[in-house]
Amino acid sequence: MYLVQFLILSSVLFCIGVYGVLARRNAVLVLMSIELILNAVNINLIAFGAFNGAAIPAEVFALFIIAVAAAEVGVGLALVLTIYRNSKNIDLHQVDLLKG
Amino acid sequence: MSTTYLATEASNLAVEASGFFLENVWIIPAIMAASFVVILGFGKRMPRGGSEVGIAAVAVCFVLALLTAGQWIGQVNEAAACTPETCDYIVDEHHDAEADADEHHDEEGAFQVDTGVGSSDGESASALTAFTEAEEGSTAAAAKAVVSERTWWSNGGINFTVGTMVDGLTVTLLVVVTLVSLLVHIYSTDYVAGDRRFTHYFGFLSLFTAAMLFFVTSANVLQMIVGWELVGVCSFALIGHWWEEQPNSDAALKAFLTNRVGDIGLLIGMIVLFFASDEKWGIIEINAGAIEGTTSHTLLLIASLCLLAAVMSKSGQFFLHTWLPDAMAGPTPVSALIHAATMVVAGVYLIARLYGVFFHGLSIGGSSINALAVIGAVTTLVGASLAFVQDDIKKVLAYSTISQLGYMTLALGVGAWTAAVFHLTTHALFKACLFLGAGSVSHAVHSFDMKKDMGGMRKFMPTTYKTFLIGSIALAGLPPLAGFWSKDEILAGTGGWGFFEGESHANGAYTIMLVMGMITAAMTAAYMTRVMYLTFFGEFRGGHHDDAHHGDPHESGPRILWPLRILAGLAVVAGLMNLPKGFLGLPSGWTLRFEHYVEPLAATGYFPKISHADPSWSLAIFSTLVVASAVGVAYYYYFVRVNAQSPSATELVNGPTERSRLLKAGHTMLKNRYYLDHIYDGGEPVGAAGANAMGTIFGAAAGLTLGFSLDNGLNQPFWPSVMWGVILGLTIFTIVTAALRTGMGIASVVKQPMANAANWVHENVIDAAVDEVGKNSVKTADALYKYIDQGVIDGSVNAAGRGSQGAGGELRRWSTGKVQQYATVMFAGATLLAGLLIIVI
Repeated sequence: MYLVQFLILSSVLFCIGVYGVLARRNAVLVLMSIELILNAVNINLIAFGAFNGAAIPAEVFALFIIAVAAAEVGVGLALVLTIYRNSKNIDLHQVDLLKG
Repeated sequence: MSTTYLATEASNLAVEASGFFLENVWIIPAIMAASFVVILGFGKRMPRGGSEVGIAAVAVCFVLALLTAGQWIGQVNEAAACTPETCDYIVDEHHDAEADADEHHDEEGAFQVDTGVGSSDGESASALTAFTEAEEGSTAAAAKAVVSERTWWSNGGINFTVGTMVDGLTVTLLVVVTLVSLLVHIYSTDYVAGDRRFTHYFGFLSLFTAAMLFFVTSANVLQMIVGWELVGVCSFALIGHWWEEQPNSDAALKAFLTNRVGDIGLLIGMIVLFFASDEKWGIIEINAGAIEGTTSHTLLLIASLCLLAAVMSKSGQFFLHTWLPDAMAGPTPVSALIHAATMVVAGVYLIARLYGVFFHGLSIGGSSINALAVIGAVTTLVGASLAFVQDDIKKVLAYSTISQLGYMTLALGVGAWTAAVFHLTTHALFKACLFLGAGSVSHAVHSFDMKKDMGGMRKFMPTTYKTFLIGSIALAGLPPLAGFWSKDEILAGTGGWGFFEGESHANGAYTIMLVMGMITAAMTAAYMTRVMYLTFFGEFRGGHHDDAHHGDPHESGPRILWPLRILAGLAVVAGLMNLPKGFLGLPSGWTLRFEHYVEPLAATGYFPKISHADPSWSLAIFSTLVVASAVGVAYYYYFVRVNAQSPSATELVNGPTERSRLLKAGHTMLKNRYYLDHIYDGGEPVGAAGANAMGTIFGAAAGLTLGFSLDNGLNQPFWPSVMWGVILGLTIFTIVTAALRTGMGIASVVKQPMANAANWVHENVIDAAVDEVGKNSVKTADALYKYIDQGVIDGSVNAAGRGSQGAGGELRRWSTGKVQQYATVMFAGATLLAGLLIIVI
């Protein structure tokens, strides 16, 4: 077992996540891609923690991130729901209310 | 030089004086001020219109002044009587009481030198001289001036105090002012009886007395300025007492405005003194600074010249004297009090008070001619010559006052301090007597014109005649009356007598001043003889106009006669106050009493070391002969020739001025008062005779002054410098005459050259400057608005607005509202930063 294997996994996950965030039009899929990015980070944390023997177990941070991610998804899905109610549409390209 | 200075140092021994009246002298002016308030508030409701309050107040003040004088004399006696041992005791007693402890250290040091303890050879030698000097002058110690001060307010580290300073000079003025004021008050109750502003008149007399007493008791120059201006205001109000008549209010204005000219000098001079003497207002500190040499000599010179301008206006010195004859428009008692005895000597008092400043500022006591002596000498001559041609008896006396004030200034200018103050005192007495006498005569004939309305008055008014005669003799300076002693002391003080007999230079030889003083003495005697003839001898020329119901003039009442008698009596005996040293073998306790009690000694620290001229029998006899012969000539002319040649008893013959062109020209010039008023405020244009006359005057004055300045200042031999003086005088004569003659066409058109010049300066310099400033301000403001406000300030605000608008317009293209675009940028940024991190680390 090598650390690099975990890092490769996490970077693959991260890249997929980033791609999803930037390229998908569906808001729900974008939220799921964000989950992928967060999980890539979690893998990183736990891998570093396991290999370097940190004083505080790295799982603590991973659990925190999972909790935060849950909250984030909650808020995100609520937003998506609201957007859908207003514009019958969850295509992010159509939602440009922030346009200057 | 150095020995003299050391001697002064060594005899630096002063005794603190104290005493209730000396320390609380403020009561005296306060009483008069209270009297003013009471008269103003309640005078009209009083049975005698407030005059009783004024008389009572001034009488109390006179008594207080006498008590103060008595205490002062006691102090001087105590100081003079003390020997080094007892003085040591006195010094110790006051050692910690007063702030000037280090001065006492000096004195004790001086004692040690005196007794020869622990001093080098040179020092003990000089101390010996000092001791002998002190023994000879019988002045072992000097009584210090009594200063009682309170802090008025402080600002910027400067303490402004208000307080009183009493020494011999103050005491003299206190007595003179209160005495003359008391007599004038009594006299006025008759003279202005029934006047419509009777109460007002007495109110102002009180205020004037208060102001004058405040002025003479001032401890610092700020108070002096206040007193100076206050007496000026009272003078203005009293000259214009009968202001309904235009000439009277004009005269009051003229007096006030002429004095304003000098007041500028006073203010500037005092400010210069303040900064020159290390920010001190106190008279003693300023004098001490000047004497010790800590004050810059240049600043002292500037200050004394500025103050001299003030003296010239207040004390009627040539060429600012023109207001004084006009001031005779006021009631006669006012003239006696203000314009003869007290206010006009304020200038002389100012010099005497700040003598350290003038002595060192003008280098009096050197041999060079100084401004003070020149102005005094010229004024004596100008005043005396103008007194000859006046028909108005009061104007004769006014010019005579100018002339006598010139004597005082002259005396101060040649270092004869005591002579000046002594003459001030005697003059106050006999001139007040003369003025009140003139008032008594005019009260009887309702006119001041000697030629038209007087003559032969001795038959109608015997008492007035006798007192006036005594006053005249005193003024003329015939022994043994008061004027002789004081005038002779001044002449001796010029030190010029050494020209004929030995060396008696006290503070330098001022031969020219002696000559001018002597000429004035002769002229004074002559014009007083003229006045005596025109007023009291010959036939009565009045009563020819409509007031026939008056009948013959009659003698005045007792309230007029008693002041005359008292003043005449004092005019007889006042001279005995200061008999010359060694006179008729009198012991030293009889002679020089005035000098002994009045003159501060150099040891007090605020008075310069002056030396005194030796009295000279030959000078006294010579001046008496001069005066007697002048009286004789005038007597022959008026009492014999005019009397015989007059066509009728009530008409006077015209003198030689009708026959001789030269005399006629001189007479015209004098009648026109040397054309000074023409220069100031117009009148008839200057004619050919006037041009010649003015050329002569300026030429002669310039020639004499320059000649003698060369003689004295450059140590030139006498006759060559006289020659140069004559050449210069002739040159200036030619220039002035030619200028006036060519300018005569202009002079006959252009009236009031001085007023017009002032107006021109006002229009073209002062107003023009203000206008120019105004115009330029508008222009500058315009430019400011155009370029700075609109261009820079508004421009920058607009530019900021436009800039943010442009930036906003540019940036809004970036904010598309597409979340994923933002995220792309964010990730790109993050990647970039991560890349940077890797590269850097």
